[in-house]
Amino acid sequence: METFIEEFGLIWGGFLATVSLATVSGILALVWGTVLAAFRVSPIGPLRTFGTVYVEIVRNTPLTLMFFFWVFVVPSLGFVPDLGFQPAVIALSLYTSSFVCEALRSGVNSVGIGQAEAARSIGLGFGQTLTQVVLPQAWRTSIPPLISVLIALVKNTSVAAGFAYAEMVAISKRLTNLHPTDALFIFFGIGMMYLLITIPLGILAARIERRVAFAR
Amino acid sequence: MSEASVLYDVPGPRARRRDRALTAIFTVVFLAIIAYFAYALYKRGIFDDRWSVLTDPPKSQTAADVWGSLFRGIKATLSAAAVAAPAALAIGIVLSIFRRGLRYRVGRASMVVVTELARGLPVLLLMFFARFVLGWEPFWSVVFGLVVYNAAVNAEIVRAGLAALPKGQREAGLSIGLSTMRTTLIVELPQAIRVMLPALVSQLVVLLKDSSLGYIVSYEELLRIMKTNRDFFGDRYMIPLFVVGAGIYITINILVSRLAIYIERRMRTSRHVARTPSGTPPLPEGGAEARRYTANTGYGTGGTPGP
Repeated sequence: METFIEEFGLIWGGFLATVSLATVSGILALVWGTVLAAFRVSPIGPLRTFGTVYVEIVRNTPLTLMFFFWVFVVPSLGFVPDLGFQPAVIALSLYTSSFVCEALRSGVNSVGIGQAEAARSIGLGFGQTLTQVVLPQAWRTSIPPLISVLIALVKNTSVAAGFAYAEMVAISKRLTNLHPTDALFIFFGIGMMYLLITIPLGILAARIERRVAFAR
Repeated sequence: MSEASVLYDVPGPRARRRDRALTAIFTVVFLAIIAYFAYALYKRGIFDDRWSVLTDPPKSQTAADVWGSLFRGIKATLSAAAVAAPAALAIGIVLSIFRRGLRYRVGRASMVVVTELARGLPVLLLMFFARFVLGWEPFWSVVFGLVVYNAAVNAEIVRAGLAALPKGQREAGLSIGLSTMRTTLIVELPQAIRVMLPALVSQLVVLLKDSSLGYIVSYEELLRIMKTNRDFFGDRYMIPLFVVGAGIYITINILVSRLAIYIERRMRTSRHVARTPSGTPPLPEGGAEARRYTANTGYGTGGTPGP
């Protein structure tokens, strides 16, 4: 317990590293995932094919393999990103974007076709149908799974520990090496700090869900 | 698109012409990008004799040595999954039954806490815990991490399945004189597992993917073997080894995902699944809460795995 308090500076550094990695790659994943989702529902064949192939491959790739690609394979092609933060952000956002895409797409698909038909039949154009009728409903359905994806992202940042980025799990390993007798407390404490992020996000998801729930 | 879409009207002649033009343009653009990448890789000498590592490797090794080591890696990956998956399912079922059946609030609440804790922690942290605090073998550390996390998720999946069953199933069980526990075990549980089978199978993909975290706790699975081979033969041979390894991972996972989609499709048309009064199988897509719990498994998006 004392070790945990004494070493809290180090742990706090790891916590901030985890949070910053999750934030940066979360934003990038949301942007790129939205683009992919637009590709997947677009009427243009090649874009749909690209989106489908991307999502199908990335979703079935282990995240560790993705990290491995950016840390060991890409440098051997001659493109050398800095070690640590940079490849971690690239790997995490490329990986997470495929799940963001699927959450958004399933939201769009969940809107009943009658809604769009009704909108068109009262004379709304394409843009109006999209912004007034379809997207508001799709968005509501998408938020809870999106938050689940972000929770998973926070936990997934831990994989960066295996690829030279000093976030919380890497710190926990370093501290157990320094203080083997307090290992249990260190892990317990680090675990709590993860829960500090993930559990409020889960509660938020449940709350938003109740709020935006609507009958179909 | 051929089917009716919520986003677009059925295209008229002008829209169809425009779509055709855009399709042609984007096809050309994509082909150009692919060609550029292929050319750039060629320029860097990717297509030279480095692929010989797969057929006639240097350093007086044989192709059988390389492939043999890769197969050992696959075996290690699959054996960790083969031990962890049934254990996670069994524990998950027990947890979900306790959570449903415990008479006292404290008991139910503690089940909630256990599942939330196990779901909220990174799998790698759990593996590190087993490896460095408990001092377990790498294999058992990997299994430990996989079991703890997946048991909690499976518990949520089964629980969502139980909650989605029509109420009449439970009432019927109770009214023929079964105890509550037997009603759950004999009547509800088999149906819940059946309904949630696609979600459980796609959780298997998540488990398979997470087994690659064994790389970080130095378990000799496929990814670690790829790295060992690369260290032995040199960085020049990284790309062929990676292409093979990644191909194996992705193929296995896509096959299991397909299985989940296949089961889901079959279930929609099956007559042997309990149905709600509206005549649809009690899939959790309708229930917003169940949806959140199963979102990580990607259930409802075609039975494909989650992050």
